[in-house]
Amino acid sequence: MRETSYITRPNLPLRVYAWVFLTVLYVPILFIPLFAFNTSIYVRFPLEGFTTQWFAALMGRAQLWDSLWNSVRVAVVVSVLSTAVGLMAARAITRRRLPGQSAIVAFIMLPLVVPGIIFGVALLVLLSRLGVPLSLYTVAIGHLIVCLPFAVATLLPRFEGFDVSMEEASADLGVGPWATFWRVTFPIVLPGVVSSLLLTFTVSFDEFIMAFFLSSTDATLPMYIWSQLRFPREFPSVLALASLILGASFLLVFAALAIGRMGARRPDARAP
Amino acid sequence: MTPDPFLSIAGVSKRFGSFTAVDSVSLEIRRGEFFSLLGGSGSGKTTLLRMLAGFEPVSTGDITLDGASIRDMPPYLRPINMVFQNYAIFPHLNVADNIGYGLRGRGAPRAEIARKVAEMLEVVQLPGYGTRRAHELSGGQRQRVALARALVLRPKVLLLDEPLGALDKRLREQMQEELRRLQRAVGITFVFVTHDQEEALALSDRIGVMADGRVLQADTPDMLYRRPGSRAVAAFIGNMNFLEAEVIDRANGHVVVDVEGLGRRRLAAAAVAEQLGRKLCVAIRPERLTLTPAGGRTGERAASGRILSRTYLGERSHFRIEAQGCRTPMLVSRPDDGPGVPDDSPVWLDCHDDDLLFFARD
Repeated sequence: MRETSYITRPNLPLRVYAWVFLTVLYVPILFIPLFAFNTSIYVRFPLEGFTTQWFAALMGRAQLWDSLWNSVRVAVVVSVLSTAVGLMAARAITRRRLPGQSAIVAFIMLPLVVPGIIFGVALLVLLSRLGVPLSLYTVAIGHLIVCLPFAVATLLPRFEGFDVSMEEASADLGVGPWATFWRVTFPIVLPGVVSSLLLTFTVSFDEFIMAFFLSSTDATLPMYIWSQLRFPREFPSVLALASLILGASFLLVFAALAIGRMGARRPDARAP
Repeated sequence: MTPDPFLSIAGVSKRFGSFTAVDSVSLEIRRGEFFSLLGGSGSGKTTLLRMLAGFEPVSTGDITLDGASIRDMPPYLRPINMVFQNYAIFPHLNVADNIGYGLRGRGAPRAEIARKVAEMLEVVQLPGYGTRRAHELSGGQRQRVALARALVLRPKVLLLDEPLGALDKRLREQMQEELRRLQRAVGITFVFVTHDQEEALALSDRIGVMADGRVLQADTPDMLYRRPGSRAVAAFIGNMNFLEAEVIDRANGHVVVDVEGLGRRRLAAAAVAEQLGRKLCVAIRPERLTLTPAGGRTGERAASGRILSRTYLGERSHFRIEAQGCRTPMLVSRPDDGPGVPDDSPVWLDCHDDDLLFFARD
């Protein structure tokens, strides 16, 4: 008799495939930190020597820190706003009988498939027609459009998974709609809210096209990196910066996973 | 009519578009009563319960509690609590916080909440379970928590939406007993929705039998079983043999009817008041029919039949009898395993005329 069941028994071809897949996906990324510590300004083998000078060089660049600060401010505002709006949208979609429900969902998800460049141009035309000066605020508006589908897509399953009778039970026990939202609905969807915050923060943080069209003199970090690519001598510093962002992203993802596990430890949170 | 109209449902209907889920239902539920709404799926019993809780708006009609209309009152203001079918225990709170949820909503002091929660945990026999989470509880324990959470607010009415449906048979019987004990102890009016007629018969003071959005009859379990008011109720509660009959004679205070399969029977004339030749529907419970082996001693009017099959049910046995002149086989229920004759043997089939029920033919 076989030790493991049909479905769990190891499958060699699948294993090989999985490793090839992961290698192709992630090895190119490993080149970034690799060359960030290389003394040569050219990205080529063989490596010449180990240095941290490119990282040290980053410290002295006021422009970089300004653009990083711009990006963080925009990303924080955008992630909070899009998650809040996404929360309301997801609740409305799952709790109310809206006419044309699937059309509304499709409409919200539209920015996922419409090319960013089209949205960017359209918004730029609209804003300049209205006489709105370009600033970090206009960047945030653009990012809001890009991030909202991500927020709704993250929160919708969370709302679909939890039973309306939880909210009814709260009302039945004498608690009004507002308090019910904060005492029952919000805690139950909280893992989804955290995921949405992290996801929309990341999306806004590395969004380039919208920022390119909608910003004025305040560059965001992706725009700063792009501008530095024109100078070959700056390239190792860009790699160093990219390595730092990579490290921060990994930390974020692990944090998100850990929080997700906290949510998953309550399996009944989603079951009826 | 009712001595104490407490929860009064007056001509209440619920329409979803063109579909009428509850159709002008009127019921008077008394103070401290254990009232069940019994019906199959789609009978409107849950919709009616949800209107009592305030989750579904009433289309037409009125609901009054203790003399005041609660028709337009939102659920969080009604002095009515509910035990949900799936219990709806809050997964992010422990047992004590679940039970104290409503009290906290009312702004009760911490110490009072703790005291009342501990009291309720005693009442539902879960002392020491306060710090457990919902997913650490068994089905029966969840149900007790749901009960405690609703009862701790001392509602005027407790609504229960098929709360025993998810439990296995043994636990269900145990919880039935416990529910009954609890209801007597707290003296709160219970409105209990179920599709399980045995459960309704065992628990209730009165039962409202529902079908197609209407209440067919609201009565005590005993009356519903012995004196169903309509053919539909007779068919719904327990097993019943329905036979065709015709009025053939009337004489000093009774009428004589010819019942298919059972022959000539006498019914009280006042109750029938039918003209000669009028067709009736006669009904009799399987346990009210007697079986005697052919050739044995029996009443003079016994009809002859033949055993088609038998089903052994442990404490009872069911027999299908083909009776002469009867189109469908009759069901006979006996507490023993039969009249001691093999299948296919001829038997005498008899009953007391008093046990015959009759309904107008529809």
